[in-house]
Amino acid sequence: MAVAELPAHTQLARKPRSLMSDSINRLRKNKLAVGSIVVLILIMVAAVFAPYITTGDFAKQDLMANNAIPHWMLFLMPKGAENYVRFSDKFIIGADDLGRDLWTRTVYGARISLAVAIVASTVSLLVGTVYGLISGYVGGKVDTIMMRIVDFLYGFPFLIVVILLQTYFKAVARRGVGGGFGQAMVSINESMGGMFFLFIAIGLVNWIGMARIARGQVLSIRRKEFVEAAKAVGAPDIRIIFRHILPNIVGPLIVVETLAIPGYIFLEAFLSFIGLGVDAPTPSWGIMISEAAPGIRTYPNQLLPPALALTITTLAFNFMGDGLRDAFDPRLKE
Amino acid sequence: MSSNNPEILVEVKDLKMYFPITQGIVIQKHVGDIKAVDGITFNIHRGETLGLVGESGCGKSTTGRAILQLYTPTGGEVHFEGQDIVKMKGENLRKMRRRMQMIFQDPYASLNPRMTVGNIIAEPLEVHNILKRSERRDRVKELLEVVGLNPYFINRYPHEFSGGQRQRIGVARALALNPDFIVADEPISALDVSIQAQVINLLEDLQEQFGLTYLFIAHDLSVVRHISDRIAVMYLGKLVELADRFTLYDNPLHPYTQALLSAVPIPDPVIEEKRQRIILEGDVPSPANPPNGCNFCTRCPKVFEPCYEQEPEFKEVEPGHWVACHLY
Amino acid sequence: MLRFIIRRVLGFIPVLLAVIIVTFFLARIIPGGPFDFIGDKSLPPSVVKNLEAKYHLDWPAWKQFISYMVGDEWKIGSFTVFDLDPNAPAHSYGVLRGDLGPSFRYRGQTVNDIIGRTFPLSAQLGVMAIILGLVIGIPAGIISALKQNSWLDYTATFVAVLGVSIPSLVMAPLLIWIFSIELGWFPAATWGAKPPYIQNMFLTPGFDWGNYFIHAAMPVFALGTGLSATFARLMRASLLQVIREDYIRTARAKGLHERVVIYRHALKNGLIPVVTVIGPMFAGLITGTLVIEQIFGLNGMGKHFVQSITNRDYAVVLGTILVYTIILVFSNLLVDLAYGWLDPRIRLDA
Repeated sequence: MAVAELPAHTQLARKPRSLMSDSINRLRKNKLAVGSIVVLILIMVAAVFAPYITTGDFAKQDLMANNAIPHWMLFLMPKGAENYVRFSDKFIIGADDLGRDLWTRTVYGARISLAVAIVASTVSLLVGTVYGLISGYVGGKVDTIMMRIVDFLYGFPFLIVVILLQTYFKAVARRGVGGGFGQAMVSINESMGGMFFLFIAIGLVNWIGMARIARGQVLSIRRKEFVEAAKAVGAPDIRIIFRHILPNIVGPLIVVETLAIPGYIFLEAFLSFIGLGVDAPTPSWGIMISEAAPGIRTYPNQLLPPALALTITTLAFNFMGDGLRDAFDPRLKE
Repeated sequence: MSSNNPEILVEVKDLKMYFPITQGIVIQKHVGDIKAVDGITFNIHRGETLGLVGESGCGKSTTGRAILQLYTPTGGEVHFEGQDIVKMKGENLRKMRRRMQMIFQDPYASLNPRMTVGNIIAEPLEVHNILKRSERRDRVKELLEVVGLNPYFINRYPHEFSGGQRQRIGVARALALNPDFIVADEPISALDVSIQAQVINLLEDLQEQFGLTYLFIAHDLSVVRHISDRIAVMYLGKLVELADRFTLYDNPLHPYTQALLSAVPIPDPVIEEKRQRIILEGDVPSPANPPNGCNFCTRCPKVFEPCYEQEPEFKEVEPGHWVACHLY
Repeated sequence: MLRFIIRRVLGFIPVLLAVIIVTFFLARIIPGGPFDFIGDKSLPPSVVKNLEAKYHLDWPAWKQFISYMVGDEWKIGSFTVFDLDPNAPAHSYGVLRGDLGPSFRYRGQTVNDIIGRTFPLSAQLGVMAIILGLVIGIPAGIISALKQNSWLDYTATFVAVLGVSIPSLVMAPLLIWIFSIELGWFPAATWGAKPPYIQNMFLTPGFDWGNYFIHAAMPVFALGTGLSATFARLMRASLLQVIREDYIRTARAKGLHERVVIYRHALKNGLIPVVTVIGPMFAGLITGTLVIEQIFGLNGMGKHFVQSITNRDYAVVLGTILVYTIILVFSNLLVDLAYGWLDPRIRLDA
């Protein structure tokens, strides 16, 4: 560090730079990442203010206008489409086969995808970090047992577990269960359009990879001499965990979690696609794609909004994740 | 021991630090131990610097950490002013930690990169709830000045400093609690040679200023000779020789010490010309499976029968000169 | 090495057992049975009762489980070890004897029949997709890393991010739209239907491979693009890191040909992270086949799996889950073996 050997006045004039501010500066220079963050904020704003920028009713059917398109979209349609399509400029980007406004449904669909992204990643991050932290910090037998459990679960086919869980939850929701607790859960789920159980199912399985990574990080930090130094001054475990270990591992963990978000969004879309996601008529992009796919020969326009929305969102998360990784932990570039 | 009968600050009795080796996936079988420290006994006098030397992996760092209770020793006692700190737990041990501190080898790993220098040095004060919040800052600035850093750097982060400066920060942290005893674990071996002397001088000044007692761990005999009052030599988890520095350098008794000293270049071309190096054959045996008898018997140039059968006792062969060898 | 494999395979047993137990009992506690509805119509209760009795669904769960695991009877010659249902001939010999039982909804068909009929297509789809992914992804990643910060690199990197961001859910209909509907180059939903057979291709003399690949092209491509993008990204990142290592500098410094430096020194180390993701990727591949088969209307195992969940055909659900799990655990084993080969520091028998 040659900087420190400069004449005194130049050194003292410089502001202190934390690792954090260095990282943020690096992130700012990454145009793709910044652009993606802007896009994600826009999507988030649209999702939050959905009632104000759409018709506000994603379930309203207009059977006189099923499969309708506005005039401007004709160029997208197959040859000869003007002979069979219905035109209605009432819809910005057309209506689906039940005459529901595609724009409204797409914007409301963002709520589902973003909710899954946020909830699944938060749950996975929290549970995984706590688990990995305990396992790595306590060590010894506790660590051995906790890691055996994780290894065992890791060999499990998650996707299948999620599918089964969702099947179970859906059946329970449809038929009702006896107990008061179960009933309460079912009604929570209903009020959330079927998202609650989806969160549980996705959250239950995705903390495992996180726990492994968190434990690895804890082990590498725990060996560092500054942790020993803290022990030597008599710092209690709680302080060591929160002041010394956590601040040094959250960065990489958040980066890894961000990179996992597209996977959660895919999973929700996929589950909804095979009918195990949110309940109709809640619009999820996965459901919309599954509804539009069979009619692709005649109405390809209906596939476009959910497909584009899904792609743009995951693209933005990927670019943001890459940017965060490069900025916060250049060594983490796999 | 020596003539004016100095006060004993730290007394180490038969200290053992084993790290278990386990095997098996589900049920962990205990198949052996790495005997990093295998029964060592010595005293540290108040106000002195005791140098602890040995090859890497001989257990000298582990000794320092076990004395400070950073590891829980497998066996033995460590008395600090007469109290056995191995038996101490919880709050008592935490209180005791205020009296003994550590300076680490790697100035890059020993400072938390996410904390400012001010917070790093203030941590000991915070942990023990010493001084008011506002006073702590002043104390930190004072400490920075004591170790020769500009107090203006208080809000900087470790990565903004050079290695030598970081080591000074580490020293300031160790001083924060006004300890009596400091374990310095190879504090200069990660530094540039040009910086090493600065840090050594700083440590010496501080010792004088605050009446500190050091356990100075190093693998470099010339540095140890410069700073230490007495020197202990360690080999494979055991002490082989302990004497005051003049005796040890002029009259080394243990063959291992002799070999070590023969490797030190002498800054006098005439004598250096005649220096006979004793080259040790072979490698250090694994601490998981030390040889029978004397630990050094596999490499000793003067080995004879009893070395293979019986472990030599660590005994005082002349006043203040201890050695573990069947030759004496 | 052999010890490692044996130990790992033994380790599969508890996993498989746990999967069977969990899925079996989860399937039983899911409200509603396989015979509640046929299509949209509900059956009269008496019929349901008869059907349930026929498939032993009226038995207590433990008895059903035993029957599922070891069959409802076991005879050695004329000696009867046990017979849970003496009045009827055995209808299942149990999972342990390789019999996954009868399907509840496809009358007269066993789960073994269904899986045997549908698995080849899914397997071919998956294997070809992974090959496509490797064939495109690895070279793209290598070129991108070697020509870092060139326009080639930027393009490849951008396309790769695009590739991982487009789910097969979007990719499949998109491909159908463009290449099948607009351009008419490839058929969309006919792979596996006659004439492009999916079985015994290698045994059929004069098999029309061209026709086969034309039919397989779009599904494989829809599934393979995402994989190739993932491989390319990983390969680039890991190769970039390896190239900066000292031993690569040494190899160059001692005057090795650049080709030797890359192929002998850099590539093998660069492949390690790529291999680690292949294991988890198999799980994604299974999801992928479910989607692709659904959208392309292919008669594969994934489509049957989804269908039998909606139909409550538990026997088929359990059977397919078992097959999936076996694929997953064995692919993880293969990955570990490949890992040990690439990285000698990892001692498999330790």
